[in-house]
Amino acid sequence: MIGRIAFLCVAAVIAVTAQQNVAPAAGDAASGKVLFTKIGCYECHGYAGQGGAAGARIVPMPLNEQGMIRYVRRPSGEMPAYTGKSASDRELADIYAYLKSFPPAKKAKDIPLLDGIKNRH
Amino acid sequence: MARRGKDAGGNRRNFLKGAASGAAVLLANPATAPAQDVEAERRAAPSPSAQQAARETAPPPPRADVYITDRPGADFMVDVLKSLNFDYICANPGSSFRGLQESFINYGGNKQPEWLTCCHEESSVAMAHGYFKVEGKPLLVLAHGTVGLQHASMAIYNAYADRVPVYIILGNEQDANFRRADVEWKHSVQDAAAMVRDYTKWDDSPTSLTHFAESAVKAYKIAMTPPMEPVLIVANGSLQEEPMSDEDKRSLRPPKLTLASPPEGDSGAVAAAARMLAQAENPVIVAGRVARSQKGIQLLVELAETLGAPVLDRRFRMNFPTTHTLCNSGNLREADVVLGLEVEDLWFFTHDQTPINRMGMSNRSILKPGATVITISSEDLFSHSNYQDFGRYSETDLSLAADSEATLPALIDACRKIISTDRRRAIEERCKRLEARYQQNRDRDFDAAAAGWDASPVSTARLSAELWNHIRHEDWSLVSNTTFVSNWPNRLWDLDKHYHYLGGQGAYGIGYGAPAAVGAALANKKYGRLSVNIQCDGDLNYSPSVLWTAAHHNIPLLTVMHNNRAYHQEMMYLQDMASRAGRRPDRAQIGTAITNPNIDYAVMAKAYGIYSAGPIDNPNDLGPAIQAAIEVVKRGEPALIDVVTQPR
Repeated sequence: MIGRIAFLCVAAVIAVTAQQNVAPAAGDAASGKVLFTKIGCYECHGYAGQGGAAGARIVPMPLNEQGMIRYVRRPSGEMPAYTGKSASDRELADIYAYLKSFPPAKKAKDIPLLDGIKNRH
Repeated sequence: MARRGKDAGGNRRNFLKGAASGAAVLLANPATAPAQDVEAERRAAPSPSAQQAARETAPPPPRADVYITDRPGADFMVDVLKSLNFDYICANPGSSFRGLQESFINYGGNKQPEWLTCCHEESSVAMAHGYFKVEGKPLLVLAHGTVGLQHASMAIYNAYADRVPVYIILGNEQDANFRRADVEWKHSVQDAAAMVRDYTKWDDSPTSLTHFAESAVKAYKIAMTPPMEPVLIVANGSLQEEPMSDEDKRSLRPPKLTLASPPEGDSGAVAAAARMLAQAENPVIVAGRVARSQKGIQLLVELAETLGAPVLDRRFRMNFPTTHTLCNSGNLREADVVLGLEVEDLWFFTHDQTPINRMGMSNRSILKPGATVITISSEDLFSHSNYQDFGRYSETDLSLAADSEATLPALIDACRKIISTDRRRAIEERCKRLEARYQQNRDRDFDAAAAGWDASPVSTARLSAELWNHIRHEDWSLVSNTTFVSNWPNRLWDLDKHYHYLGGQGAYGIGYGAPAAVGAALANKKYGRLSVNIQCDGDLNYSPSVLWTAAHHNIPLLTVMHNNRAYHQEMMYLQDMASRAGRRPDRAQIGTAITNPNIDYAVMAKAYGIYSAGPIDNPNDLGPAIQAAIEVVKRGEPALIDVVTQPR
């Protein structure tokens, strides 16, 4: 059973990755940037989507656009559920485009100060 | 109207004393004065002379006005309070304790304790709160019994919920005849401590200097016995200001203070706990307010290593080194035995509840079926009813009503005696697995810190890392709570001394941060430690004047603003509520944002006489600003850097 779940997860990740590679975000990143602040996504996830104690890291966004919209409508954790009245599909698509516009995140080992702290140099 | 003079005060007291002692003699010796003996003595006594009769029957001479005394009652109160060895007094001045203040600064020489000028009673108490968590000694706080205590009350509740002793003297004029003007009526109260009695441990309103002395010492002893809590003594105004009687001058002395040893767990229960823990496959320790000192940290390390048990630190105190591989490397869901040490919210920690994005409320334990729960806590020794800081009732299998730090040596000893060689090997294997998990957690935390590294506003991880980079080779003390910065210091820094982290407010009452940081920095000052305060903007606006207190009294403290320009937790709640109601969440900043205009904290700090820099919103500017501010702090002054930050 565990093996089957793991397979499905891996398959889903492959599908999501493939879709991310193939289908560019359809939304407007500039509009998404405004909305990200206006409707308060930044409050829990941070202005850079970096996450924190109050919300998950969402940059890089691990879901495809439809996956993200589905999650926003019916989240599984403590995130508020946004209905279409709270944020339209169009708005969420713009936010998705904004989140996808961030450059690849650095790793701790790529930041000398952080790497030095971690390794207690 | 002339002051009541020395004679008047003395006579009144002597009359009462004489009447009382006469009554006491009669009560003690009820058979010593039978009626017939009294009659016989009366017959045998000579008649009074004419002069004696005249003295007895003539009207009394007019009372001489007495303007001064060389020994007001407050002097003796100072003697008593000095005997308790307070280092400092925190107070905003008040007429109801003017006698005491004068005696402290003149008769007492303003030394041990030294008077610190606070601009708000909430700051006075919060400073004492922060001071205790570094030094392990209460500070003395003076306040009006009415308006001052009303100002102080939230900070007292914080200290109460954080199990911190704060020693408070309240000025009050109990005797209506002594209230000189309308203001003294408005500043007098029948039962001064009533307002905060629900969240203090003990109080008294002494009516004599003897009574004051005994209650003052008793209060200190009660405050310092676990669970430690705030106490109050009311210093009656006329008792402070009127002269001591000759008899009081001759006979009064401060009573001897002997602190009670902290309560240690029953030996049978300790042995039973040791058996459960030693036989466990996956024991987990949950640490609340365990360590009061470095010794407490060392004991918890010894216990964890003896058992191979990870320690989940609730971060209410510096309980366990973040450098230790057993630190937060456990999982309650895997535990077969849970040991809760001074954790009043153990139920919350061991249960899942319906999240805020769903309607209704249900909950379930996250522990495995059959998991054993043991608690050691002084929380079981003292409770009040009204305020609900005690948390939800937690089911346990063994509960020791005892102080954890005092009980740990016996528990460690009992565990060591019964752990066999085979068990020892299993424990070593477990420790290896936990070490791997610790390393995974550390990798995860550092990669998370890298996210948003170059973002503006500055990420709280970047702020914490830049700060750590500049203090890690110093003898440092983090004097602020880390809840609102995603606990980054606890995740990135090496914390292993008891003064490296002090926990939070206790009751989550905002306005604690800045004054508690100043109080803790005051305690660190004599050790030459570099005190660091990551200061929330919303919190600072409750009592910003404590910055002046820090400047005035040369208290070195580096304050780095976590200026997210909002009451951010509440902003998130509004967003939750809007979503629950199916409404747009884009008005959540109404009533929660601290913008338009933005507050310039660097200018604020300058106004209070403090070196400052900022606002800084480019993360690359942060390191040099921290370095410059540390140089100021090392000269013995406070400094503040305003950093515009991400929300959390």
